Amino acid sequence: MTTEKLIQVKDLQKHFKGGEIKALDGVTTDIHRGEVVVVIGPSGSGKSTFLRCLNLLELPTGGTITFEGTDITDPHCNINLHRQKMGMVFQHFNLFPHMTLLKNMTIAPVKLLKKSQADAEKKAMELLERVGLADRAGAYHSPLSGGQKQRLAIVRALCMEPDVMLFDEPTSALDPEMVGEVLDVMKQLARDGMTMVVVTHEMGFAREVGDRVLFMADGKLIEEGSPYKLFTNPQSPRLQDFLGKVL
Amino acid sequence: MSDWFAKLQQDFVLNFVSDNRWKYLTSGLANTLKITFFAVLIGIALGVVIAIVRSTWDKNKETMRPGLGKVLLGVGNALCQIYLTVIRGTPVLVQLMIIYYIIFASSNNGVLIATLAFGINSGAYVAEIIRGGIMSTDNGQFEAGRSLGFNYVQTMWYIVIPQALKSVLPALANEFIVLLKETSVAGYVAIRDLTKGGDIIRGVTYSPFLPLIAVALIYLVMVMFFTWLVGRLERRLRSSDH
Ligand SMILES: Nc1ncnc2c1ncn2[C@@H]1O[C@H](COP(=O)(O)OP(=O)(O)OP(=O)(O)O)[C@@H](O)[C@H]1O
Ligand SMILES: [Mg+2]
Repeated sequence: MTTEKLIQVKDLQKHFKGGEIKALDGVTTDIHRGEVVVVIGPSGSGKSTFLRCLNLLELPTGGTITFEGTDITDPHCNINLHRQKMGMVFQHFNLFPHMTLLKNMTIAPVKLLKKSQADAEKKAMELLERVGLADRAGAYHSPLSGGQKQRLAIVRALCMEPDVMLFDEPTSALDPEMVGEVLDVMKQLARDGMTMVVVTHEMGFAREVGDRVLFMADGKLIEEGSPYKLFTNPQSPRLQDFLGKVL
Repeated sequence: MSDWFAKLQQDFVLNFVSDNRWKYLTSGLANTLKITFFAVLIGIALGVVIAIVRSTWDKNKETMRPGLGKVLLGVGNALCQIYLTVIRGTPVLVQLMIIYYIIFASSNNGVLIATLAFGINSGAYVAEIIRGGIMSTDNGQFEAGRSLGFNYVQTMWYIVIPQALKSVLPALANEFIVLLKETSVAGYVAIRDLTKGGDIIRGVTYSPFLPLIAVALIYLVMVMFFTWLVGRLERRLRSSDH
């Protein structure tokens, strides 16, 4: 981890239904290059909304997000270019069912980074090798297990060589016996120095891999700090209550 | 009985064999297929564009930032609405006559004009079919595309539209079947399609029975054949889904 601020979030607000629902209510934090930030909190606390605001899948209604020195909440900024540097992994994988897996991996690098098909395939095969799925490259994704699909979705995002990876409950849709294989890939990624923001209910992962944990409730960042500090010595009653339920 | 049979034989020769009259049917059939096939292609092209404009507007009108983009999209959506209302609110024959006698009054390439007219007509129906396909495509697919850095149009083009088209392929094939029958009014503007072919023979021989029954049978066989194909297609698509 470095001290370079990769993403600066200032007073982030996201209101739905004209302010009736405050999914995010003034969140401020920095994400440093190489850091693994784990976001925890009860259901409906705004974790997904926070993550989805980081790459503007959700348009914030207030505050700013600065990514690599650019204010991406500025309406004049071309968000598509910045999203190329921000990989995202979804709860439900969202692989493209009408393409082979290899095409899933190569379409974005070829169309957006203007890589040659051969170069993109080489990179994809390298990454598929690392997650142990190189033999599946030619197939369509349907006959795969959830764990395999999620590892492939991670590879698809990595093929763009992003500077940060955003994960929204990447293991929540998996059968319990497949959670481990996906977390292993994520741990490997963290060891390789990838900057990661991970929304998860896997407290073991947060403790083992997280550099910093953010605890959210009611759209607010209630408490943050090292996993050790948060899990062994929670300050706010909300966090104490939450940990009492999940640990 | 043998009288009746001899009469039929005579009729057959008169209507189809003499002067190679069967050629009215085959060349008419060729025109019918040509018009239908290319009209469906025009319809799909039009339909995709309209479906994109309409679903983009529906999905984003509330969240879009005010500006030129929003104004253009709003105007585009309004134009599409007008097109859909007019085309679906008037008979195809009237549309065909307007296009033939007013818009392309100076042209005499009937088949081309008919193709265009039926294509424009079909586009309105295909647009709604494809819009249904777009709306039913999982939003996660769209978000995955955007999160990789694809812009809106690229995401639609590479990711959403192919899946939407696949899911409505049987409905599009049905549209082809519907259009195949609808083009039978083309004869009204002097286009020699299958129906007109039979009618020309009737006009020459003054013997309506065989030519018209033959025309009906040819339509029926084609419709049954294409319906069977669509059924197979549907089964194939369903089995490749899981
Ligand atoms: N598109 C939307 N329209 C209206 N309200 C929304 C929308 N998306 C989220 N919300 C509301 O915003 C709040 C925060 O939702 P969010 O999905 O960010 O929570 P979360 O912490 O990810 O919860 P979970 O653990 O259940 O995934 C919730 O009250 C939710 O109902
Ligand atoms: Mg969530």
